[in-house]
Amino acid sequence: MKTEKIKTILATDCGSTTTKAILIEYVENEYRLTFRGESPTTVEAPFEDVTKGVINAIVELEELSGKVILNDDKIISPSDRGKGVDIYISTSSAGGGLQLMVAGVVKNMTGESAERAALGAGAIVMDILASNDKRQYHEKVKRIRELRPDMLLLSGGVDGGTKSHVVEIAEIVQSANPKPRLGINYKLPIIFAGNKDARSAIKNRLSDISDLSIVDNIRPTLDDENLKPSRDKIHDLFMEHVMAQAPGYKKLMSWTHSPIMPTPGAVGEIIKKIASIEKISVIGVDIGGATTDVFSVFNKKFNRTVSANLGMSYSICNVLAETGVKNVLKWVPFEIESDELTNRIANKMIRPTTIPQSLDDLQIEQALAREALSLSFIQHKEFAVSLKGIQKNRTISDTFDQSISGETLVDMMNLNLIVGSGGVLSHAPKRNQAFRMLIDSFLPEGITEIAVDSIFMMPQLGVLSSIHPEAAVEVFNKDCLIRLGTCIAPVGNYVKDKEILKYKIKTSKENLEGELHCGEIKLISLEEKECEIICHPSKNYDVGFGNGNSVTKIIKTGEVGIILDGRGRPIIFNDKEDIIKWSKSTGEFD
Amino acid sequence: MSKSFTPGLKILKKFTIFKDRILPIKGSTKVSLNEIVSSDKIVASSKIPGNVRMVNIANELNIDSDNINECLTVKVGEKVNKNQVIAQSKGLFGLFKAEVKSPIDGEISQISDVTGQLVILEPPEPINIDAYIPGEICKIYEEEGVQIKSNGTYVQGIIGVGGEKKGKLKVISKPNESVRIEDINSEHKDCILVIGSFLDYEVYQKAKSVGVTGIITGSFSYNSLSEILGYSLGVAITGTEEQLTIIITEGFGHVEMSQKTFDLLSVNDNKYISINGSTQIRAGVLRPEVFIYDDKIQDDESNQNIDDLVIALNSRIRVIREPFFGKLGTVIDLPHELHKMESGTMTRVAKIKFDDKTEEIIPRTNLEVILSN
Repeated sequence: MKTEKIKTILATDCGSTTTKAILIEYVENEYRLTFRGESPTTVEAPFEDVTKGVINAIVELEELSGKVILNDDKIISPSDRGKGVDIYISTSSAGGGLQLMVAGVVKNMTGESAERAALGAGAIVMDILASNDKRQYHEKVKRIRELRPDMLLLSGGVDGGTKSHVVEIAEIVQSANPKPRLGINYKLPIIFAGNKDARSAIKNRLSDISDLSIVDNIRPTLDDENLKPSRDKIHDLFMEHVMAQAPGYKKLMSWTHSPIMPTPGAVGEIIKKIASIEKISVIGVDIGGATTDVFSVFNKKFNRTVSANLGMSYSICNVLAETGVKNVLKWVPFEIESDELTNRIANKMIRPTTIPQSLDDLQIEQALAREALSLSFIQHKEFAVSLKGIQKNRTISDTFDQSISGETLVDMMNLNLIVGSGGVLSHAPKRNQAFRMLIDSFLPEGITEIAVDSIFMMPQLGVLSSIHPEAAVEVFNKDCLIRLGTCIAPVGNYVKDKEILKYKIKTSKENLEGELHCGEIKLISLEEKECEIICHPSKNYDVGFGNGNSVTKIIKTGEVGIILDGRGRPIIFNDKEDIIKWSKSTGEFD
Repeated sequence: MSKSFTPGLKILKKFTIFKDRILPIKGSTKVSLNEIVSSDKIVASSKIPGNVRMVNIANELNIDSDNINECLTVKVGEKVNKNQVIAQSKGLFGLFKAEVKSPIDGEISQISDVTGQLVILEPPEPINIDAYIPGEICKIYEEEGVQIKSNGTYVQGIIGVGGEKKGKLKVISKPNESVRIEDINSEHKDCILVIGSFLDYEVYQKAKSVGVTGIITGSFSYNSLSEILGYSLGVAITGTEEQLTIIITEGFGHVEMSQKTFDLLSVNDNKYISINGSTQIRAGVLRPEVFIYDDKIQDDESNQNIDDLVIALNSRIRVIREPFFGKLGTVIDLPHELHKMESGTMTRVAKIKFDDKTEEIIPRTNLEVILSN
């Protein structure tokens, strides 16, 4: 169907626990989200048919909108005299999403490139096998047998280079003779994206025991990374093998007008789209119950990481285990025994659908969210790096430049926008809380805009952007993205109570001015959604334009306002009183 | 109409269970359809491929990888014994031949003229699957396993550790009683203990030392669990721990076992029962379970009704989150409109009359329907 003829769009996201449906309609010359419904996902027993949950979510949409979308449990399409929809699209992470094992010759070169391709395609990477990962041959065989991935991405060697290492990895896979996770009667899909000279040797070893596909080398030379062929093949195989074997998906695939996308892959698409349209650097985060995905685009380079066991319900105890009780307690604005705290958190893990009824329970959850986000972001910064192994020509002018290959691409001072998504952020009782959680964990520097996904619809908009970018971007800006405001954080040495910034704010209605001191955080709420701000950082403090350099800028003030953050990078904690004071001054729990 | 379900734990006096006993890899079944089996009966078996051992022939004989086939004395698929010669160099004029011997008994599984390696598979290891519960074989999955049908009492816990265990049930304390170390003695060896209240760390250590097989308890401390496991349990995916099985029925902290659960276990004191601590709280939730076989119970087809999980007026519920965690009551109202909680969260709620006659508004998602019969 031609895009101009598309007036009604139905989009679903089949999550592990909930299937969300949204209806987008062309109303008064623009695309808008009009209704949203949800229902429990039905991949597991006793239903074992994903379409039942999809139908339930659509029935809720029908009830809310009064519109007829279904006829005898079938989606009416194209729309006819007000009934049905023009296109139906879907994403899915049900059944644990797409689980991949990747292999490369050198762990932090071809291994990492393969990991980047897999993550970019929306997969969870279960393990990275490499010739130099220090595990014995039999340990690697045992690991492959135990994991039972959905597919395996095998890379290694530059084109024309040595073959023996990548062939050795293939032989390890051959020895393990791995079985796919879903169905013991199927052959495991394996993608080979390594040295092209090794293709026939790989075919000899793996074609009988697996469903082998061969694509262009992921690292044709040391200086180049070619991820697209592998990503595309992962998507194809996701549809052909993983989805086709999950209960009810064959039927669902026959309903959709474009291929079903893995949920994180779809979120990545929309983040890339924002960065390219607005020509900005963006960090996106989706904090779920089991995992936290972080996406970034800096200098047009897209990266995604998934922290598989950092989440707010199923894996909340893993956040506790990784960060430690002390780090959680530092964010909790009241006294609580360690035993009591850990028992409460563990009870959330075993009953993941519960929500905080009391204020102290909410504060504990938000303390954990800060740590989960922070840990995920640390992992992202370590992964989003320039290619390793590149040989650089250095001149005399580079003598004092310590930059090497493999440095992080994440530059907080040049970051324009942070977008948060996921229950703890999107459904926080006050938007001020979401704002604070995002800046406390991501620690933006200089001037950074902060936003949240209103009702977690980025996945559906991601897949929509692949077939109707105009509608996706319009809905994203008008209904999905809630602009919370702007954080201004001068960076420099922390000297308690020292003045670090003078500011003047101008709107059509009011003019404000003041100072910010070290250790202080301030919220300035304004009626208007935009304002002009003039920042005069003190000597040796920087808001993105060099130490002591002033700047005048139009910034978004959003639903919450401007937060001036003088708490230091990293944040300096003095005592519990600080937490209470910061909370009050930013209106978190008023 | 769309429906809202709550999580629910089964606490059923009469239950017909259908239990799949499936091999991790293809093998053979050892029982026939409609056969009556005991819980210890082996119902399916298979062999897991042995560990692999790699020998780099090219390096050992100091030759190029692509020449190794000329030096090998064995072929793929051939059985070899430890110290058997598997490769031999040509030597100089037929003299000074170098040899490579097999380091293990096994089978040649791969020979590579690219890497110069030879891979030997150790003999396969047998794996047997027992019935786990007594009952009747009601389905055979060719080469994969069987399904067993059985009737009895069935209780699900909220979380457990340790795998399948069988043993004699011994109730040693009521929900309002604490257990002392001296309450556990050598008579409890190979038994499954019921502790109605809180499991103390020292009591656990004593139970372990006398050889207790499993413990069913109302509650436990998360920090004690971490101490027992030797690590902090990050995600609730358990069952492979090699230790005595623990099943927690209510949660972490000091919470008494629900009277219903305790009563069902008490009436089965001294019976030989099956338990499994395996838990998986993800999509496809798996809760730990206690099954007590009872041949007097007839088939109960009604117990799989998912509509029982719908919260309705007069549903018996338990609160599963602070500040009323563990309290039991009855739903007396289900208002349509969203309600603002103390946390500021706007949510759908239920009005509950607790068993002590007090009334409270609780988020629906913080309630658990108690399924019982």
